[in-house]
Order: sequence, then structure tokens, then C-alpha cells
Amino acid sequence: MLRGKAFKFGDDISTDHIIPGRYAHLRSNLPELAKHVLEDADPSFASRVKTGDFIVAGNNFGLGSSREHAPLVIKLAGARAILAKSVARIFFRNAINLGLPILICDTDKIKDGDELEIDLAAGTVKDITNGSQLAFGKIPEVMLHILDEGGLIPYIKKYGDFKL
Amino acid sequence: MGKTLAEKILSQKSGSDARAGDIVIATVDLVFVQDTTGPLTVRQFQTSGFEKLANPAKTVLFIDHAAPSPNLELSADHILLRNFARQTGCQIHDVGEGICHQLVAESLAKPGDVIVGADSHTVTAGALGAFATGMGSSDVAVVFGLGKTWFRVPESIKIAASGNLQKGVFAKDLILYLIGKLGADGATYKALEFNGDTVGKMPVPERLTIANMAVEAGAKVGLFAADETTKKYLREQGRVNDYQTISPDADATYEQTMNIEANKLEPMVAKPHSVDNTAPVRELKGTKIQQVFIGTCTNGRLEDIAIAAKILREKKCHPETRLIVGPASKKVLMAAMKAGYIQTLIEAGAAILPPGCGPCLGLHQGVLGKGESCLSTANRNFKGRMGNPEAFIYLGSPATAAATAIAGEITDPREAM
Repeated sequence: MLRGKAFKFGDDISTDHIIPGRYAHLRSNLPELAKHVLEDADPSFASRVKTGDFIVAGNNFGLGSSREHAPLVIKLAGARAILAKSVARIFFRNAINLGLPILICDTDKIKDGDELEIDLAAGTVKDITNGSQLAFGKIPEVMLHILDEGGLIPYIKKYGDFKL
Repeated sequence: MGKTLAEKILSQKSGSDARAGDIVIATVDLVFVQDTTGPLTVRQFQTSGFEKLANPAKTVLFIDHAAPSPNLELSADHILLRNFARQTGCQIHDVGEGICHQLVAESLAKPGDVIVGADSHTVTAGALGAFATGMGSSDVAVVFGLGKTWFRVPESIKIAASGNLQKGVFAKDLILYLIGKLGADGATYKALEFNGDTVGKMPVPERLTIANMAVEAGAKVGLFAADETTKKYLREQGRVNDYQTISPDADATYEQTMNIEANKLEPMVAKPHSVDNTAPVRELKGTKIQQVFIGTCTNGRLEDIAIAAKILREKKCHPETRLIVGPASKKVLMAAMKAGYIQTLIEAGAAILPPGCGPCLGLHQGVLGKGESCLSTANRNFKGRMGNPEAFIYLGSPATAAATAIAGEITDPREAM
């Protein structure tokens, strides 16, 4: 069970919003890079987010570049899951590969600052603030296995190969 | 039941009857990274416990995003990549050689290949009939070690374009029009398969422009059949033996078909701050532009530079508009020099960059100032993309870019041709 506060974002938050190219020189210095997470979408986010919080977004979250640094700095900043109405393909795979759950559900009713409780096993999101409950879409089995191991690298270390 | 291009290639490379929706493990023919995704890939590879590359000859590192390096941090990343190449025996293409996707098209991608790159514009090689797609560093690190990866076989959307493009209208205008129609997530998880007499007649450089931007509609791949045009291109690159014909079956199943009357298209732009925010160029007339950038993996090829040079010949850039031109590769730059295009562009006022990606992602070279607007031939115009969240980026064809550089405001290239 995960519990934390929702940070609400709109549609089409690109990897450039999450970690702009102008900080490319910090990609081998992740703690420093994480200070700029989502800077071009909400400049105050990095200073307000706390460990355990959630990113809640609209459609097409994470579109654009393949930079895995984008979900990596979201994780490093403390976020424990991303909830969105839809997610761009590469970002979805990258987040799961880093062991960061990314859940597809109708996020319209969740407001910025709402307290959420996520039950990954049951597939539900409870909005404690407004009392509503949502179900999120099924993650493909291969990705669930990767997520269970904490990401692709731990998965490969354990199995040495893909197990379908 | 017939197969789409995506199903055909993934069937062959997975040794199974791959159909849309299936999860398959496919062998990877070519895997690459660039200098902003490569260092993390190398670290993930080392953390995974791999001792060697599955296929060093088909593992390639490109130093193109920050080339030459603008600062000491990126210089350190470049050293890391060079050391990794020395240790593992993989290929490396260093500063000055060009943009990864252009070099992959010129010398590495083959029809029927599965190609994985740690860069979203890996889709570019779909123009040659390769199932080419972008992934993150962890996925690519595992491909480095295993030589294979898992794929969900995508559903395909057939894009059937018919008719001849009018004078002043190019492949870039066609793909901008299409992304405007599909939306920035209209093809998420899907394959775009380009078809019809318009693309059948289209030379490979223009197909590369279209395939390159498939990802801007969310697509996993943007595929073209490999035909006589592909063969001609590969022959020009000195590798006709890499050719094989590959085409979809006539009875393949498509999720949907979109018809485009290409003869009715006009020059298009994408307005700030999303690629699907498209409009005909004429509607933007009068929009002041401080910087014009011609280059990138989308439109930095010889044909693009030739169009720009033709329009700018014996003309001058507007006094309040600077023009930056970045050829996509060393080969492109040398051919453009030989043809006199570079001389023409410099005489018109252009600043020429070494082959690379820099300005497109705001990493260095041509970072925009506060409140400035740029007309770029690149593929993305997200807020902050060219280094400044308080700047504005319009995307268009090289012809639109050249006409705009002369007028100092967004201009329909048909007025300048």
C-alpha cells in the first residue's frame, strides 16, 4: 500500500518539461539533475515534493525523448508512482524498467494536493480527500514481472534473460 | 491472413507467427546510443553484470548531441563512451561525423532489420524498411548484453497518400499535416505504415523525414516498404548488397486506414508548444522570427540544404534574423561544399555548424533568448526545447525556413520559389 499527496499536471507533459536538454551536462550527476525535475511544467515542484508523493497527470504523459533520466529523476525526487490518463510508449517502458509504477486511470477527479492511497495488488487508487475510488488498467504480464523485481536491471541480474 | 510490415519483420526476427498484440522476443540487428543516453546505458550494462557485448560489431556509440563538447561534464561523458568502445570493441562515431540517425541511414540500417536505439528518433530508419524504435538506457543496456529484447507487436495504421506534392510542398509538410490530424498521441503504441503512390515515388531522404517524425504522433515505428527506390539509395551509399525487398501483404489487417490527398497539401508549420498544433504557413504570415535553424535528423540532409541554397541564392537573410545551418553528417557537409551550397548559404548570412544535434534540444549552439521565436526544421517544439522555456519554436520545411530567413517573418515558400 502506497500513501502520499497528489501533484497534479495537465496533458502532454513532455520529457523536455521533466528534464530539459539544457541540463544535459548533469545527466551523470543525478542528485543535481533531480533538483530540476519538472522545472518547465512547475518550477516549484522539486522543492515541494516529498518522498512517497505521486505525480498525477492527464493524457500522453512523458512524450518525446527516450531519456530514461526523466523517470529516474521523478523517482529520485521521491515520487512513488505516476498516475495518468495515458502515457507515451517509451516513457511507460522506462518507468517500469526503473521499478516506478505507472498507472493508467481516469485522473480527472483527483485534485492537486489530494491524499491518495494506492493498492498495487488490488489495482485501486483511493482518493482519501474526496472519498472516491478508481481502478487502474492492467499492466502487461512481462512488465509486472519486471516491476516485481524492482526494475529491468535487477530482473536481468536475477534471471539472466527474459522469461516470458 | 496476411501481415503488416511490423508483423512480417517481428515474425522473422522472433521465429514465431507474430501478430498485433502478441509479446515476442526478437533478435536485434543493430543497437546504438548517443552521448546523452549512452553514459547511463554503459552504467546500467555494467550494473547488470554483463561481461561482454552480444554483438560488438553491431553495437554503436555516437557522439553527436554535444559535439564538440560545450562543457567539462559532457567531456567526461564522452571520455566514458570512448573508454567503453576501447574496452568492448564496439563501433564509435566521434565528434564531427554526424547525427546518429543520419549515419544509421547512410551506412548501417538494412531492410528487414530490427534496430533499437537509445534515442526516440531511432524510428528514422523505418524509411529503409527496418523495424527501428527508441528505448531507454536500461532496455538498450540489456540489448547490448543479450542481443535481443521483448516487443509488443504493434497494431498498424495505414497511411495511404496519393497524388503529387505541389511545388513548394515537401515531405515535411505531409508529416506535419498528418501529425496535426492524428494528434501527439494518435498513434501511441502503434506502427504507422506509409503507403500509396506519393510515398512510392518519394526518394529515401524524404521518406527519412516522414519516418523520423512518426514518434511525434506517439508511434513505435514509422515503416516504408523496401522497394526499388530503397535499392537505389543503398546503391548510392555503396551497399546495394544490404538490400532486400520487403512489403506488406495485400490482405494484411490494419487498425485503420487514413487517406491523404497529397496533391491538396500546402506548406505547413507546427506552432508553439506542441507538434500537433499545426496550421498552413499562410495563416502565420507576419510572425516575426529572430532565428532560423536548418538541420537535424529531420531535415539536415543534402536535399534539404540544396532547397535552402536555391532559395537563398544571391539573397540576404533579413537583418533582424539569424540563420544557422547544421548538416546532418560529414558526408552531407562535404557534398554540400562540393555543390557550392555552403558558399551560397554563408554569402546569404548563414552560420554553419559542424554536423550534430546541438540546437535542436537546447544543449548548446543557438540557444534562444527570452521572448525570441525560431523557425526550425527540427521535429520538436516543446516549451524549453531550444534551451529557453520563454522562447517560441515553429517547425517547418527547409523551404519555409529559407523563405522565412529572407523575409524575417514566417513566409510561404511558394512566394520565394
